Amino acid sequence: MTTTHEAPLPEYPMTRARGCPFDPPPDLAALQREAPLTRVRLWDGSTPWLVTRYAEQRALLADPRISADVTRPGYPMPAPARERQVDDDGTERRPSLSFILMDDPEHARQRRMVTAAFTVKRVAAMRPAVQTIVDELIDRLLAGPKPVDLVEAFALPVPSLVICQLLGVPYDDHDFFQVNSRTIIRRTATVEERTAAVGALVGYLDELMARKLVEPGDGLLSRLADRIRDGELTRRDAAEMGVLLLIAGHETTANMIALGTLALLEHPDQLDALRTAEDPAVVAAAVEELLRYLHITHNGRRRVALADIQVGDRRVRAGDGLIMANDIGNRDPDAFPEPDRLDLGRDARHHVAFGFGVHQCLGQPLARMELQVVYGTLYRRIPTLRLAAPLDEIPFKHDGSVYGVYELPVTW
Amino acid sequence: MKVLLDQDSCVASGQCVMAAPDVFDQRDEDGIAVLLDDTPGADAADGVRQAAAICPALAIAVQD
Repeated sequence: MTTTHEAPLPEYPMTRARGCPFDPPPDLAALQREAPLTRVRLWDGSTPWLVTRYAEQRALLADPRISADVTRPGYPMPAPARERQVDDDGTERRPSLSFILMDDPEHARQRRMVTAAFTVKRVAAMRPAVQTIVDELIDRLLAGPKPVDLVEAFALPVPSLVICQLLGVPYDDHDFFQVNSRTIIRRTATVEERTAAVGALVGYLDELMARKLVEPGDGLLSRLADRIRDGELTRRDAAEMGVLLLIAGHETTANMIALGTLALLEHPDQLDALRTAEDPAVVAAAVEELLRYLHITHNGRRRVALADIQVGDRRVRAGDGLIMANDIGNRDPDAFPEPDRLDLGRDARHHVAFGFGVHQCLGQPLARMELQVVYGTLYRRIPTLRLAAPLDEIPFKHDGSVYGVYELPVTW
Repeated sequence: MKVLLDQDSCVASGQCVMAAPDVFDQRDEDGIAVLLDDTPGADAADGVRQAAAICPALAIAVQD
């Protein structure tokens, strides 16, 4: 860790400008204009590199000389870590969230145990079931009272129902796992709160895994149970993987549904074009542009350098922390002309909303399909959908590691 | 156009299948990409180039 006594470094994360809820913090844009990477100061006084430009972010995320191993010295911690835990055999227990915080070869070994469930073919086969889930939730919306909170009544249930089906988790437990997931990704959660939430979810998944071991079913958790039986995976690792898939499978997509809807309501001409489009490719392109423009994971993707790496005229040293601010990378004018304009017609397919490199989001084909079904259905079925509160009264998740809205009151 | 795919680097993101479905597929057992056609015609060229550009593992190379 480097401490400097020179000019004060910018603090990270930064805050968004008032009245611009869809744009990354203006200080991030300023740093991007100055240089591809710069030192920043974190909550604990550490001073990792913040990488702000698209090309450098992609190059570094694909570079085998950087590590995602959270236990390595120099890794830029997003929040105070819980106390180190030591297993019975004396090895240090990693903070949870499974293989996303590991390096290859163990990362690849564990990731490949679940990739089969997310192939383009398997995801396409799930589309009719997702369409049914979306249609039924909209039926219920239309039959119910208004105004209604779209987050609670639609944005959260869609991906939660889908991931429960995919994993083989009972949807009746959704209150429990949604509340705990929200605590884990709230960056203002205390160490104790986060530890308790992780513990509760790992315990829950561990119990489910025990049931799958005796009564195998169709879901992905049952496939992980097979791996436990074959001695390829410990029950603890399987439970942590289940927690990762459960959280990643519903929180991110839910935020994209609600925040995406809000962004579209604020851009009515774009919404009209999307609503009236005949070609599914138009909806697919809109999904990519909203992923780029909204980039909901606004805490940066974090790494640590394993070797000295030259980036432009800067030298990143082995052991230096690195944070890829992909939210501002998606607004890099060198990669996207007029980057601050929401333009559903542009080709945004090369965005880094899912990250880049070997850790790129595993569930992206599923997320894309869910969003295509939602964006392609909701506004057609409810063409007069509108906000039921002024924009400045909408509570945004400024305190979350995943951005979005806590509530979205809508009517029609 | 000649397409090269490094399956050891592949992370099963499926991006290539979405970009060029006639040229790439995925193994059912683990999602690792497979090459259906290593010398695709001109009509597939744009999709293949996009696949190479967005592959998160840099596992696809194109030789003209």
